[in-house]
Amino acid sequence: MTDFLNDWGLILITFLPLAGALVMLAVPKESEETQKTIALVASGAAFALGVAFLINFDYDSAGVLQYVVDNEWIPIINSRFILGIDGISLPLLALTVLIVPLVIIYSWNHIPSPGNPKAFLALILLLETGMVGTFVAQDLILFFVFFEIVLLPMFFIIGVWGGPDRKYASIKFFLFTLFGSALMIVSFLALYFMSAEQTFDMRILQELGGLDIARTTQILIFGGMFLGFGIKVPMFPFHTWLPDAHTQAPTQGSVILAAVLLKLGTYGFVRIALPLLPEGAQWWAPIIAVLAVIGIIYGALACLAQTDMKRLIAFSSVAHMGFVMLAVATLTDFGINAAVFGMVAHGLITGMLFFVAGSIKERYHTLEISRLGGLLISAPKLGWILGLSAMASLGLPGLAGFWGEFPAILSAYEPAPMLSEPLFRTLMVIAALGTVLAAGYLLWMYQRTAMGTPPEEFADDPEITDVNTAEWISWTPMLLLIVVLGFFPSLIFNMTNPAATAIAAAATGG
Amino acid sequence: MWFLTHAWIIPALMALSFLLILFFGKKMPKKGSEIGIAAIGIAFILALLTAGSWYTHNNEEVEGHGDAAAMADVQEGCSNEVDHLAAEDHGEETEDAGDHEGEEPTDVGDSDEGTDDHALGQSDSGEYAAPAATSTAVASEGEEEHVTRPVVRCAAWAEIGTPGSSLITWGTMVDGQSVLMLVVVTLISLMVFIYSSEYVSGDRRYTHYFAFLSLFSASMLFFVLAQSTIQMIVGWELVGVCSFVLIGHWWEEKPNSNAALKAFLTNRVGDIGLLIGVAILYFAAGRSFSILDLNILAANGGISHGILLVASVCLIFAVMSKSGQFILHTWLPDAMAGPTPVSALIHAATMVVAGIYMVARLYPVFFEGLSISGSSVNFLAIVGAVTAMFGALLAFVQKDIKKVLAYSTISQLGFMVTALGVGAWTAALFHLFTHAMFKATLFLGAGSLSNAAHHSFDMVNDMGGMRKVLPRTFWTFIVATAALAGIFPLSGFWSKDEILAGHGSLFSAGGNGTYHVMLVMLLIGAFCTAAYMTRTIWYAFYGEFRGHGTPHESGSRITVPLIILATLGAVVGVLNLPEEIGPFTFPESISLQFEHFVEPVGAYFPTISHAEFNIPLAIFSLALALSAVLLTYLYYWKGAFKFLHGLSERNRVAGLGKTILVNKYYFDWLYTDVITGFVKGPAARATNWFNQHVLDGIVDGTAKGAVVAGQFVYENIDQKVVDGAVNGAAITTSEAGGVLRHLQTGRIQQYAALFFAAAALLAGVFVVAIG
Repeated sequence: MTDFLNDWGLILITFLPLAGALVMLAVPKESEETQKTIALVASGAAFALGVAFLINFDYDSAGVLQYVVDNEWIPIINSRFILGIDGISLPLLALTVLIVPLVIIYSWNHIPSPGNPKAFLALILLLETGMVGTFVAQDLILFFVFFEIVLLPMFFIIGVWGGPDRKYASIKFFLFTLFGSALMIVSFLALYFMSAEQTFDMRILQELGGLDIARTTQILIFGGMFLGFGIKVPMFPFHTWLPDAHTQAPTQGSVILAAVLLKLGTYGFVRIALPLLPEGAQWWAPIIAVLAVIGIIYGALACLAQTDMKRLIAFSSVAHMGFVMLAVATLTDFGINAAVFGMVAHGLITGMLFFVAGSIKERYHTLEISRLGGLLISAPKLGWILGLSAMASLGLPGLAGFWGEFPAILSAYEPAPMLSEPLFRTLMVIAALGTVLAAGYLLWMYQRTAMGTPPEEFADDPEITDVNTAEWISWTPMLLLIVVLGFFPSLIFNMTNPAATAIAAAATGG
Repeated sequence: MWFLTHAWIIPALMALSFLLILFFGKKMPKKGSEIGIAAIGIAFILALLTAGSWYTHNNEEVEGHGDAAAMADVQEGCSNEVDHLAAEDHGEETEDAGDHEGEEPTDVGDSDEGTDDHALGQSDSGEYAAPAATSTAVASEGEEEHVTRPVVRCAAWAEIGTPGSSLITWGTMVDGQSVLMLVVVTLISLMVFIYSSEYVSGDRRYTHYFAFLSLFSASMLFFVLAQSTIQMIVGWELVGVCSFVLIGHWWEEKPNSNAALKAFLTNRVGDIGLLIGVAILYFAAGRSFSILDLNILAANGGISHGILLVASVCLIFAVMSKSGQFILHTWLPDAMAGPTPVSALIHAATMVVAGIYMVARLYPVFFEGLSISGSSVNFLAIVGAVTAMFGALLAFVQKDIKKVLAYSTISQLGFMVTALGVGAWTAALFHLFTHAMFKATLFLGAGSLSNAAHHSFDMVNDMGGMRKVLPRTFWTFIVATAALAGIFPLSGFWSKDEILAGHGSLFSAGGNGTYHVMLVMLLIGAFCTAAYMTRTIWYAFYGEFRGHGTPHESGSRITVPLIILATLGAVVGVLNLPEEIGPFTFPESISLQFEHFVEPVGAYFPTISHAEFNIPLAIFSLALALSAVLLTYLYYWKGAFKFLHGLSERNRVAGLGKTILVNKYYFDWLYTDVITGFVKGPAARATNWFNQHVLDGIVDGTAKGAVVAGQFVYENIDQKVVDGAVNGAAITTSEAGGVLRHLQTGRIQQYAALFFAAAALLAGVFVVAIG
């Protein structure tokens, strides 16, 4: 088993979904059941591999790359095909391979208009390859390729299967992120040329730790990455693509976008920007922290003004990713642990919220908060699931969200030694204020949609049914994980801690 | 010992009950209530057995000596400080070095030494040495000085930070304080479960109600047993969410869901203080959440005074919200929207005392941080005393019997908080204990009354004359009222008097300082308490029945819990009789039993001194309460003080006073209308406007600008210059038409191509900048 995983594991988990997509192309469009089955099998196989990794992973040395694959790839630019996972990659990898099959199960009878499951599911599989690849790539060019692969399927998912404003939203999403990517690749190239080794190998670059690059150059290179990753996160003020993309995307698109796509940005910071450019990171950290905290308050206030449930959840992502980025900006082991936990927790929780929102939309044909109400009466189980997800989202202890949020706040009390303590402590207090606002917008949303009695227009609507089988199957694992991680956070921290400690040490030049 | 080390079973049992009721409750013959009652019954028995175990354990002779021996029952890994103590104790035996004061840590590799000096306060680092020295002295003084040995068990929860030294643990910390709460919580829960099975029978969400009562008990027990502060946060918020769900139990009606939201959000505001306070203490204790670590360090000068001060102020903020202290008390009266048994259990006896419990649990932090010893004023005491007085005043203008009780609870919680603020630690917990009994009786009695009065709680308009039809409710209510008013010899008399004595009397100092201002405020509060409770009894039980229908006494599942709780509320005062009252001396076997059971002695607790029973003060406060009862009696029953009737209509000052009280000092207006209104309204809308118009405007503007620029480049440079150069020689007459065709087709490609051009341009600028 170990040998197999060592040699083939990461390659298979990355490319099985792509293979599935190719097989789907060969099957005629009409046999929809076959299409769905192929998609499920391919993503299920990737999930099985993910479980194998979770079991087989050497947790004691989670700080070093495992299952490394290192092959020649594009020798002319010294770019190699390097894959590997450590304690930072593994939880995100596991999250990805879990979410995708669940999305496919959900799609079984929820293919958004205009239909065509073949194309829709094939794109989702392609998306999975891109996301998994990003989390396992250990070469900058390879990372960039996977990072960009993600863009295309999502562009089509929003642009074809989206809501009425899908064209605007998808182009905005595409161009905005592409703009960031352009700067990111320039940064990668600069890193390559400035570094003594002339390599894209992240392992070597991390070992060098930017020692051979002048401080001002590091700051500039970091700036490019900051834009590339920051737009993806998204950080205030580069977040405006997100509410549009989320609102217009079909449910499946929103779930994947929230659960995994946003994490590509934060992962980029943790995996690449911090350890490779420590001095740049130290210069940028206060700026990132300030923007993160602005994002927390700004996102929360914007949530309070929303009238559309999906748009509200989208803005809540801006606030939540603010906590993650604040934790990253502390450059401490505590902060990076909190950030990775926050990413996983946000993936599960916000993914769940988008699932529920999608199901509400399907039943009510609207997400206008003022028109909804009494969900707990019309569809009690759906209402309870929404309640649990909302509670998790506001960081309730005992649920997963807490272990991303509280440690993030805590870490800001004592940032890395070279950072300003008064600044970060002030930010800590403001961020803590954000938790109150989070409770405010989520509970007000819950009160208006789920409590009370159903409005007249939906009182006896036969379409409003409770949770169906496909929904139960795709949601149960996420709900269980939200609760289990709340009480057993070490399931994640066991993986992340050694790796986070190493990255914090690298980022602070220790 | 087995019960002390396995206390985790009690909350786990209630959590199991929650899950069972949630998933199988509806299929059971009694809709799940039988599961809940059985579980809480077993939990109560286990809690009693644990209490018995603790009694035995606490009275056992200690083998060995000093702090290390006292901490022998702390499992290794649960507290860095205790581990160091144990290591040091071991070291002492082998090295034969009795006193290591001033000993230099010669071994560089041994990091334990440095922290030990620090931890035990035996370093000569000036100002902190003094309290530390006394503490150590007391702990190991004479033969009769008894040392508390907490029983701590823990498990790893998560490891964040340097491997090996930053383990976050969860577990159980069993000592007198937590055992006391185990008994209180399970006892009141048991009574409330039984009571509810009749009170909410036929409710639309009966099963769900019992499920969440079980979850509440589980969370509360989880909280009181907490071994680390982060575990406390978890329990603290989980009880909050149960409170949210149960306040909003009838969420179909908007006022109920509003009350639930208000409770949750107000508590969230206070939680900021909790999160920050815990974060500060975590780093101050050298990255540890362990309660023992914090207490040992704080009590022995291991954490600087400034940090303790900031941390305790933050934590007091949390106490304000959870325990309904001014100025974050406003949610508690609204919380009465929930079912009455919930009010009795959560909003009177258990959850709202979580703040008091937390202060008591981390007492060294507050004791040192606020310099409670020897001062005459501090933040905690002020908050409590203000709440005790102003809360009691508000109870006067209420028509709703539950609101009277809610303000009464706020006021009584204020008594406990002040007690902690003046160093009367045991008195605070003793009052918590007695208050739980009699206030639960009062709430459950109010429920029984409303059962009879068509589910109305309006005592002014829908009750009256109930004493004849509800005799059991009436008598239990009278007993509980007398206990609350502090009438001798009921329990409230003893506990309240201990609190008052802790402040010092007007002519002498108290145990830890002279807190005269607070004493006066508490006396006013006590006077008001007796008066408003007498008023309540008048409206509810005397006069003519003003409601409709024929009221009737409740069934036995309601009255039996009432009788049990009222009896306990009457007699539990004997558990902490003073050693001597003037010439009378109580034998040691019956006096101060509560104190011996609950109050820790040793390294993890500050040295607090206890006030003696103060006869003049006791007589004075008793006379005050009795005169309040008498005056109210004359006013309502005999129609005395005629000039007072309708005074607020005639006199402007009195009218103003009443208006302020009716509007609850305008806190609700300030919070709901001003602050929340601003955040939800203008602030949120302005943010959204900024987002849609400014930020998005920039984005869209940039895109449009790029298109325009691109078009310009295309038309003028590409087509005229570049193409022009290529095709220059071959200009034909069809050229103009060609340009037009170019423009009209391929818009999308242009758009994308131009964007790439723009991005490339920017990237180019970037490269130049780096180069």
